Amino acid sequence: MATHDEIEIEVLRYHPETDSEPSYRTYRVPFAHETSVLQGLQYIKDRLDGSLTFRWSCRMAICGSCGMMINGVPNLTCSAFLREYHPGKLRIEPLAHLPIERDLAVDQTDFLEKLASIQPYIIPAESKAVDEGPFTQTPAQRERFYQYSECINCLLCYAACPQYGLDSGFLGPAALALLHRYNSDSRDVGKADRMPIVNAQEGVWACTLVGYCSEVCPKGVDPASAVNRNKVISTLDYFFRFMAPRGASE
Amino acid sequence: MQIVQTDVVIVGGGGAGLRAAIAVAEADPDLNVSLISKVVPMRSHTVAAEGGSAGVVQTEDSLDSHFYDTVAGGDWLCEQPVVDYFVANCTREMVQLEHWGCPWSRKDDGDINVRNFGGMSTARTWFAADKSGFHILHTLFQTSLKYASVHRFDEFFCLDLIVVDGRCQGIVAIEVATGEFFRFEARAVIFATGGAGRVYPCNTNAGISTGDGMGIAFRHGVALRDMEFVQYHPTALPGSGLLMTEGCRGEGGYLVNKDGYRYLQDYGLGPVDPSPRPKAMELGPRDKVSQAFWHEDRQGRTLETPLGTAVHLDLRHLGRAKLLERLPMICEMAETFLGIDPAEAPIPVRPAVHYTMGGIWTDGDTATNLPGLFAAGECSSVGIHGANRLGSNSLAEIVVFGKVAGEQAARAARAAPAIDARATTHEAEASMQSALALLGQDGDQRLADLRDTMQTAMENGVGIYRSAEGMQTACQTLEKVRNDYSRVRLDDKSRAFNTEWLTVIELGFTLDVARAMAYSALQRTESRGAHQRLDGYEKRDDEHFLKHSLAYAVADAPPRIDYEGVVITKLPPAERVYGGMARQEGH
Ligand SMILES: Cc1cc2nc3c(=O)[nH]c(=O)nc-3n(C[C@H](O)[C@H](O)[C@H](O)COP(=O)(O)OP(=O)(O)OC[C@H]3O[C@@H](n4cnc5c(N)ncnc54)[C@H](O)[C@@H]3O)c2cc1C
Ligand code: SF4
Ligand code: FES
Repeated sequence: MATHDEIEIEVLRYHPETDSEPSYRTYRVPFAHETSVLQGLQYIKDRLDGSLTFRWSCRMAICGSCGMMINGVPNLTCSAFLREYHPGKLRIEPLAHLPIERDLAVDQTDFLEKLASIQPYIIPAESKAVDEGPFTQTPAQRERFYQYSECINCLLCYAACPQYGLDSGFLGPAALALLHRYNSDSRDVGKADRMPIVNAQEGVWACTLVGYCSEVCPKGVDPASAVNRNKVISTLDYFFRFMAPRGASE
Repeated sequence: MQIVQTDVVIVGGGGAGLRAAIAVAEADPDLNVSLISKVVPMRSHTVAAEGGSAGVVQTEDSLDSHFYDTVAGGDWLCEQPVVDYFVANCTREMVQLEHWGCPWSRKDDGDINVRNFGGMSTARTWFAADKSGFHILHTLFQTSLKYASVHRFDEFFCLDLIVVDGRCQGIVAIEVATGEFFRFEARAVIFATGGAGRVYPCNTNAGISTGDGMGIAFRHGVALRDMEFVQYHPTALPGSGLLMTEGCRGEGGYLVNKDGYRYLQDYGLGPVDPSPRPKAMELGPRDKVSQAFWHEDRQGRTLETPLGTAVHLDLRHLGRAKLLERLPMICEMAETFLGIDPAEAPIPVRPAVHYTMGGIWTDGDTATNLPGLFAAGECSSVGIHGANRLGSNSLAEIVVFGKVAGEQAARAARAAPAIDARATTHEAEASMQSALALLGQDGDQRLADLRDTMQTAMENGVGIYRSAEGMQTACQTLEKVRNDYSRVRLDDKSRAFNTEWLTVIELGFTLDVARAMAYSALQRTESRGAHQRLDGYEKRDDEHFLKHSLAYAVADAPPRIDYEGVVITKLPPAERVYGGMARQEGH
C-alpha cells in the first residue's frame, strides 16, 4: 500500500456483555488512493484494536456482508473509498433500523425470516423431470425478472426505508423485490400463493413511496419499482377476485 | 455447552453444502439436517464466482471431449472413473438448477447459451452473465427454504469434529453472536467448507476461505491429497487480487504485454487468431497462462503499476454493448476499483492465487477415510482436478458432488450405530477447553503479523515456480510461525461476536493447510500442472510421480507425505497439447 495520507475514522462501539449503550471511538488510519473503507476498518483491527467487530467477506460488492452507515448514508464499505471522504473524516455506524449485535454488526434475523416467508422459489405449473431438459425462456422473458434477481441481500435498503424504521412488521424493499422476481418469472405460477402476503397490511401498502431504497441500492435492483408494481398487481388481484375464482387471473 | 441431536450435520452453506442439504432432504425427509455455516449461506464464497459452470449441451460436443479436456488439463493426475461420473452428471445438475430458477443466460430462441472457457475444446460453460456463482448460490439457498427438514445454524463456527471409536459422531461449534459452545451429535457429517486461498497474500478468495475443514480433518488423521497444486488465476487485479473472470477471454478478450503484443504466442499457445480458438492463446489452461506471465515479467515486458507489475487484459474490441450484456459485473468492478471503463481502456491484471486443487481425500462417493465423514466441494479432493483445474469445472463439481455427498450421508446416517453420548461429551469438552485457552493466553505475538509472515513465505517459496531452496525456507518459516502461534495475544478476551478469537482459530487451520502444501510441494521432484520447478526437475516424471500425494498430520513434527497411484481407465498419459495442434471438440 503506497501510503500518502491519514484520515480519521470515528466508529460506533457497543458490546452487549459490558455496555449499556453505544459510544464512539476515533482512530487514525493511513490510506492510499485505492484503500477501501473496509480496508480502513481492517487496518484498525489488525494494528490498533483487535476488538473492533464488523462483517466482511468477498471484498467485491457481491456477498452483501459489509453494509454500514458511512456518515449517515447506508453503503457497502468494500466499494467505498477513504479518499472520497478526505480531508474530512468518517463516522461509521451499524446499519440503521436494525438491532446492533456488537459494534458494526447488526442482527439479520428479521430479514431472513421475511425472505423465507415470501416463498422465494419456483412454483412450477406442472412438474417437469430433469431428464426432459431445461424450460425455454427467451431473453425478453428473462429480462422481465432479471433485475430483481440481482439483490445481494445487503440490507442497505432496510436502513434507508423510513417505513421499516417505524414498523419492522413491514415486509420491506428487498423481500418485496424478491417476491416480484418470482412472480414475474415465466417458469413460475406461484403468484396466487404469494399475493396474500403482499396484500396483508404489512405488505406493499405500508410503503409511502419515498424511493430512498432504490437510491442506496448498490446493485440497481430498484426495489421501489418492485413495490409499486406490486401495488398495481395487488389492486388488479383484488379486482379480479370479484370476477373470477382465485387463480383464474394467471 | 448446548446439545443438538441431529441425523446429518453439514458444515458449509456454499454451493456444495446447500446442494448436499437438498439432496438429504429429498432422499429422506425424515432425516433431520443441521446446516452449519460461519456466514449466512448466501454470503459464502460461491457467491463470487463469475464465469460459469461446465456441462455438455451443444450437439457437436461430447462427454468424451469434456473428459479428455479435464484429464489432459489436470496433467493426468485425475481419477478417471470419477471424471467419467462427473462429466456424465454436469448437464443434469445444470438443468436441475434451471428448474429451480437459476437465470442462465439464453440464446434468442430461449435455449441455454454457453461460452468458451480456458482449456475446453468447445463452448460448454453455462453462464448467468458474469454472476454465475451468485445466481447458483442464491437459487440454491432460496430453494433450500422449501425443505422443512433442513435446519440452519447461521453464523455458527465449526471448531472441531467429534471422533469416537474411529467414527465421526458430530461436531463442536461456537455460536458467533454469543460465543457459546454447541455440541452437535450426528450420525453423519459432511464437510463443504470451501477452499484455502487465504494461505497466500494476494488471492481472489473471500476472507472466509481459510481452509478450516481441511485443517480440522487433517488433525484427525484424514489425508489431504495433492495439496501442492495451487492454482494461480492469470487475470486478477494487482494488489487486491480481485478477479477478472476467464469469461473475459471466453468472450474474446486479449492479453497483451507492455508493447501491446499478444505474448502467449511465444509460449506454445499460438496461432494468433483475431478471436482465439478453443485451447489456444488466451483460451489456454490457467497454469500455462500464469506461467507465461512469470516469464514476461522476468524479461521486463510487463507494465509497472503502483501495486505491482501487470499485463493488460484488453476488451475494447468487444464493444460496449457486448460488454454490458455478457460482462456487466466486470464493467462495474473495473469502474469501482480502478476507475476504468473496459470499453475505453485495457485492464491491468496479474496472476493471483485462486483455487486449491487438492483437499480432503475422498473416494468417488465423497466418503473420507474417517467413517461417518464425507467431504464435497473445494475443500475435498474427489479426484477430478488433478494438477490443474479447468475453469468452470468447480461450480459443476459443487453441485454434482454436493448431491452425491447428501445421498451418501443420508444412507450412512440410516445405517449408523447409536451415538455414544458420554464419549462425545468428553471429546467436545476437550475441544472447548483448547479454544478457551487461546482466548485466555498471554503472549507477545500479534495475529496479523503471524498471518502476514505465513502468507509471504508461501508466495515467495511455493508460488508459480518453485525450487527446493525456496520451499525449504518456506517450510522453516511455517514451523516458526507455528511455534509463535502459541504466544498470540488477543486484544479481545470477551465471548460475544469475538471475530478476533475466531480468526486466530482459523489461522491455526490455515497454517496446517499451508504446511501440507509446502511439504507436499517440496517432495514432488518433478514439474506437473500447477507445480513447476526450476531446480533440475523441469519435466513431468510419470515413472515416479504419476501419483497423488497424501499429507498426514504427525504430532509435533512436519506432515508425513505418502503417495497413492492414479486410476487410469481409458486415457493413458500423453503430452498436453495446446495452441494450433490441440485436439478440438468431439474428437
Ligand atoms: C472470484 C472467484 C471466481 C470463481 N469463478 C468460478 C467460475 O466461474 N467457475 C467455476 O467453476 N469456479 C469458479 N470459482 C471457484 C468456485 O467458485 C469455488 O470452488 C466454489 O464456489 C466453492 O464452493 P464450496 O461450496 O465448496 O465452498 P464455499 O462457497 O467457499 O463455501 C464454504 C462454506 O463453508 C463455510 N465454512 C467454512 N469454514 C467453516 C467453519 N469453520 N465453520 C462453519 N462454516 C464454515 C462457509 O461459511 C461457507 O458457507 C471461482 C472462485 C473465485 C474465488
Ligand atoms: S434491494 Fe438493493 S439495497 Fe436492498 S438488499 Fe437488495 S441489493 Fe441491497
Ligand atoms: S465484503 Fe462482500 S459485499 Fe462487501
